[in-house]
Amino acid sequence: MANPVDVWAEPTLGENLARAGVTRRDFLAFCGALAGFFALGAGAPRASAEDIADKLAAVTKPNVVWLQLQECTGCMESTLRSGGTTVEEVVLRLLSVNYNELVMAAAGDGANKALADTNAEPHILVVNGSIPLKDDGIYCTIGGESAEEVLRTSAENATAILAVGACAVWGSVQASRPNPTGAVGVDAIIRDKPVINVAGCPPIGEVITATVAYLLMHDDVPKTDAESRPLFAYDQRIHDSCPRRAHFDAGQYVRSFDDEAARNGWCLYEVGCKGPSTFSACPVFQWNLHTSWPIGAGHPCIGCTEKDFFDRFTPFYQVLPNVRGFGVEATAEKIGWGLVGATVAGVAVHAGLTAIRHAASRKSEEGEPLHAFGDEPHGKAE
Amino acid sequence: MAQRVVIDPITRIEGHLRIELEADGGRVSKAWSETTQFRGLEEIVLGRDPRDVWAFVQRICGVCTSVHAIASISAVENAIGAVPPPQARLIRDMVLASQEVQDHVIHFYHLHALDFVNVAAAADADPAAAVDFAHQIGSTWKGNTIERMTEVRDTVQAIVSSGQLSIFTGGYWDHPDYRLPPEANLMAVAHYLDALEFQRSMIRIGTVFGGKNPHPNFLVGGMACTIDPNRSESINQVHIDQIGQWIAESVEFVTACYVPDALAIAGVYKDYFDIGAAQPNFFAVGMAGATFAGNPDASSVANAHTEVRPGVLLDGDFATVHPFDPSKIAEWVSSAWYRYRGGDVGLTPDVGETTVAYTGPKPPYAWLGDGTEYTWCKAPRYDGRPIQVGPVARVLLAYAQGHERTVDIVDDAATTLGISLDQLNSTAGRTLARAVECLTSVEILAQRTFPEFVKRLKGGDIEVFDGTKWEPGSWPATASGRSFVEVARGNLSHWVGIEDGKVSHYQAVVPTTWLAGGRDADGHQGPYEESLAGDGQHPLVDPAQPLEPLRTIHSFDPCMSCAVHVLDGDGHVVQAVAS
Repeated sequence: MANPVDVWAEPTLGENLARAGVTRRDFLAFCGALAGFFALGAGAPRASAEDIADKLAAVTKPNVVWLQLQECTGCMESTLRSGGTTVEEVVLRLLSVNYNELVMAAAGDGANKALADTNAEPHILVVNGSIPLKDDGIYCTIGGESAEEVLRTSAENATAILAVGACAVWGSVQASRPNPTGAVGVDAIIRDKPVINVAGCPPIGEVITATVAYLLMHDDVPKTDAESRPLFAYDQRIHDSCPRRAHFDAGQYVRSFDDEAARNGWCLYEVGCKGPSTFSACPVFQWNLHTSWPIGAGHPCIGCTEKDFFDRFTPFYQVLPNVRGFGVEATAEKIGWGLVGATVAGVAVHAGLTAIRHAASRKSEEGEPLHAFGDEPHGKAE
Repeated sequence: MAQRVVIDPITRIEGHLRIELEADGGRVSKAWSETTQFRGLEEIVLGRDPRDVWAFVQRICGVCTSVHAIASISAVENAIGAVPPPQARLIRDMVLASQEVQDHVIHFYHLHALDFVNVAAAADADPAAAVDFAHQIGSTWKGNTIERMTEVRDTVQAIVSSGQLSIFTGGYWDHPDYRLPPEANLMAVAHYLDALEFQRSMIRIGTVFGGKNPHPNFLVGGMACTIDPNRSESINQVHIDQIGQWIAESVEFVTACYVPDALAIAGVYKDYFDIGAAQPNFFAVGMAGATFAGNPDASSVANAHTEVRPGVLLDGDFATVHPFDPSKIAEWVSSAWYRYRGGDVGLTPDVGETTVAYTGPKPPYAWLGDGTEYTWCKAPRYDGRPIQVGPVARVLLAYAQGHERTVDIVDDAATTLGISLDQLNSTAGRTLARAVECLTSVEILAQRTFPEFVKRLKGGDIEVFDGTKWEPGSWPATASGRSFVEVARGNLSHWVGIEDGKVSHYQAVVPTTWLAGGRDADGHQGPYEESLAGDGQHPLVDPAQPLEPLRTIHSFDPCMSCAVHVLDGDGHVVQAVAS
């Protein structure tokens, strides 16, 4: 698909769009699609395409540092796969991503200078990957510095911080038992600023880019759940939106892979689906240009948007504990609503603004349980 | 007086790689390849359910997504005796092929091209000349229009003039060794953007079968995605039609865009066929996508790629194919931050150890190369020799075995470029071989694998799962298995031991480990190091702009997260940090 609006020559997106010949009507159509994302937050008023268009059209081009720490690059790959309408490309081009190891031209000193220069000014910080704290940080160094040091330096002047992917959010696979390198997520290090957690291994590409677009449009961070995940993508359990839910309610389960039930698209709960305990909009947005999604392709959800899923949700093919079909809804609702707790305080994200309103650090407590059906909701949820 | 040069981070790769060099008079004299990330997945998978492990090890890498999962599942199936039905194997083949094509395209355009293409210079190009240039190099890509080139040029102009260069910040745009004419730079930038769009679409083949990408889902014993032409909830004609379309688009992109671009760049930078040679030893178990559960020389072939057999080429003799013997693989820790109980010896993967013994400086640090140990990457050797894996190894092996299509493409390219076969062991050679392989891979996908899947489906073959060995009670008390898979960056093998239904031993020998490892006990450099410092002639004109070493390192397509994954054979992982 061609990208006729690749040009950033004017101060604002609106002017650039006009210059590139994008009609207001096309732009509104795109913003209508964005509205679909942003309207999903529980209780949030549905933003109109007009509102979004007005906001987006006025933004200027913020600088971005996009770190990759201890990780597998799957989150950048997912970002590259984010679905492309013509204007969505432009939203990506709203940013000046001055440092990202996967795609940047410069290496070594040139890259480090780009990082230092950008860090010296207000910028948006995106982080992929965990931070290995054990043994003075020897398990991940960049430019001779520990990942922790790189993160702290980059966070100093950041006006908004996005932790993208399970590693950056909670440490993910390398933090699973016995966590040999002492890997932790970003908000275990950065306590004085809110960190938006875009969870998933990896997160859906469109969710990553929409989180960025949200910052630009609202000049604020998105509303989040108690795990600091944006509500627009994490307010519902997969189970809530699952097209196979009717089969769960009817007791129609796949008992073995490739059986009759599997071919008919029945519920995967009996073969280990973690959808009932997993907050993610996978069934709504789906993956890779709305092509399919894990349950849609017949595999149980492994719960990759949840904390410590490699420990808490394994064995993956074992039925979730304490979920027995009937009578669970009360518990589920209680837990679900409990999650829609306080949201982080707003933050000015524009590059021109230097002041950050210091927000309270994370509300979540260490070691709090997952929101699995079988778990007690943690006491702070209200 | 040699000057010390550090390149850290090496960008446009997967993961964290640091290269330290000594250079003198514009030439590299010494090189150290230093992997600076360790995650310890080796330890993490022990004691887990073997049916879960694919999901853990898949997270070794999100660029080579799928490949570790398939290797893991094949090894576990080999151990427990599960036999995935033919349709499941064909599905995995299709996912592997689509991943490999996507990976090669991303590597060429997004990770490697900026070593040769001057983005800033594209701002001055004439769009019509760019179209002419494209035609002249034989590119029949549909994006070669004046409108498109104009649009891309305007984009570049806007970025350059805005002062916010985004991902092009700090690039070496005034380096004297960017040689393409402005119109070629413009064409390449246009194709860079087109390739992004292309990969986004074609990667959906993996999404249909695995539900997401990166990190699609797989299943021990087969696949979880059901196929049935007469059910809406299974993969059916709608999906078959889509896949057929995506495959056709892939053939078009690779044929019309990627291959002509790769040949053109190789032609302009032809001296790089004499730069960057590493040790002339190569091995592979077949062409890209070849998968073996168990012994690659036995009949347990896991897919249809049988025309090129496993083999090893040694000591620059590209005509004699030696049989591949897995027992000749040994890994050294001489230069790595691990310690073996038995001292500095080479250990085969089935008895390997991963005992961390960090002796490097506490970060921040300025220089690592003075220490005997300087990397998290072990140094694998085959029969005592450093060895190259990857597209160049597979192309040379296919050529040696007379694989007709490979021979034709290579001979054509060699004639056009005026190079000999042994010059494929070079910076430009590795990059050219990747394009050659991408073409044969996409053709095999289009002409054989996908048609075979459709034919079987037409014949009523819809089984995708062997459930007879699903329950751990059906497994032997102890079992071991292994797999060999030819993935984008080279040969990947996974080795698993199972005791009482749990993983007791797990090891992965990964392409980048072969290539990025450091010196062994005999002082042989690893292939990265050899390619930079082997003959003392590797150029480095301006140490502040290390463009030439980047070209050579990128030609290997480094994947560092993969490299540092080698498991203790006994399951003993001792943290013995010395500093």
